[in-house]
Amino acid sequence: MKVMFDVSEDVLLEDRLEAEAAPARVGDGAKRARENILVTGEPYAETTVWMLAVRDQRDKVAFGHLFDHFAPRLKGVICRSGLPPAQAEDIVQDVMLTVWRKAHMFDPGRAQVSAWIYQIARNRQIDVLRKERRPVPEELKPAETAEDDASQIVALEEETTALRAALNRLKPAQREMVERAYLGELTHAEIRAETGLPLGTIKSRIRLGLEKLRHELKGTDRT
Amino acid sequence: MTGITHHIPDELLIAYASGSLPKAFSTVVATHVSMCDECRARLGAHETLGGALLDDTPVQEVSSDMKARLFDALDTPAATERVYERSGIFPAPVMEALGGLPPKWKPLGLGVRQMILNHDRSGSVRLLYIPGGMAVPDHGHNGLELTLVLQGAFSDETGRFGVGDLEVADGDLEHEPVAEDGPACICLAATDAALRFRSFVPRMLQPIFRI
Repeated sequence: MKVMFDVSEDVLLEDRLEAEAAPARVGDGAKRARENILVTGEPYAETTVWMLAVRDQRDKVAFGHLFDHFAPRLKGVICRSGLPPAQAEDIVQDVMLTVWRKAHMFDPGRAQVSAWIYQIARNRQIDVLRKERRPVPEELKPAETAEDDASQIVALEEETTALRAALNRLKPAQREMVERAYLGELTHAEIRAETGLPLGTIKSRIRLGLEKLRHELKGTDRT
Repeated sequence: MTGITHHIPDELLIAYASGSLPKAFSTVVATHVSMCDECRARLGAHETLGGALLDDTPVQEVSSDMKARLFDALDTPAATERVYERSGIFPAPVMEALGGLPPKWKPLGLGVRQMILNHDRSGSVRLLYIPGGMAVPDHGHNGLELTLVLQGAFSDETGRFGVGDLEVADGDLEHEPVAEDGPACICLAATDAALRFRSFVPRMLQPIFRI
């Protein structure tokens, strides 16, 4: 199970990722938002625009776009775990229905649409297959003045774009390991033993998340 | 929550995010994340990566009538799901495991108490109540044990664990945790194998108490 990789190359990869992971400044996000508006008429990526329309206007056309984008991908991911296509489709259906029903919980400053749906898919797959409720963390109570912060959303989108570019530069064996780990095909012991997982990539991404969260918590009432 | 110094290792966070972590350990991870903003952010980062993989995955065409069936279901009201809330020292995932009720403690002797929250083939998760100053019998592990402090503190060979701290003990660790003087130490503990006690009497009691 152990795949060995050249350590020096890994270090180089980490350095490169580290450089790309420099925390996006708020000003960068605002600038990018203005550029996006010029191109698409909206400040955000299209999946975010659709999701916000579903959340705020219960827009079924936008929901249809989300379905067209995510349903075939969810089916691909779920079929990987060896489920027959019909059962996989039942779970996809369940996930997309949850997306519609829980849209009010979507916070684009804290999660990308794809990350939010990934998390729902993992929950639903466990709930349906193991017939038990997966334990989930407490929801953060939103701040009183919960308004979407455009520059934060765009900064998060930029982080994700950089992360995806980094993923695409991984060697095929490394990429395969990342997929197996994040799509639920490895146990925690296997993940721990796996030297090929570029965990540094992920760690360098955490900073933005932390900063955002601290920012968020200032206006949050929690006991 | 501030002052947490012992966090969830990456392999457990990834296994939790990906859904491969057994339920007993998932309960502990979800509870720690409820108490620890840093691990909440780290979990968010792992889910971002999971989302990027989902977005990049090869598409597999869905049946032609699926979208219509889904749209038919959109206006059907969902069955209401019970939402559990934090109560006192117990974060929401613990309250959910307790079914919303206060713990029903079972005495284990010498003032130590426990309540088993969930027990299946993949492991067990329980609440432990250890009076201040009391030692938990010296034990080792056949598998993995996660112990999360909800109240008070304990110390063992590897360090001090206060509220929110998570101890990860694997098969190599033989330890004797001692609760600090003061209020009782209450922990959420999950194992995937029975504990091995070194002295004879606790070993005899093991099948009875399912420690």
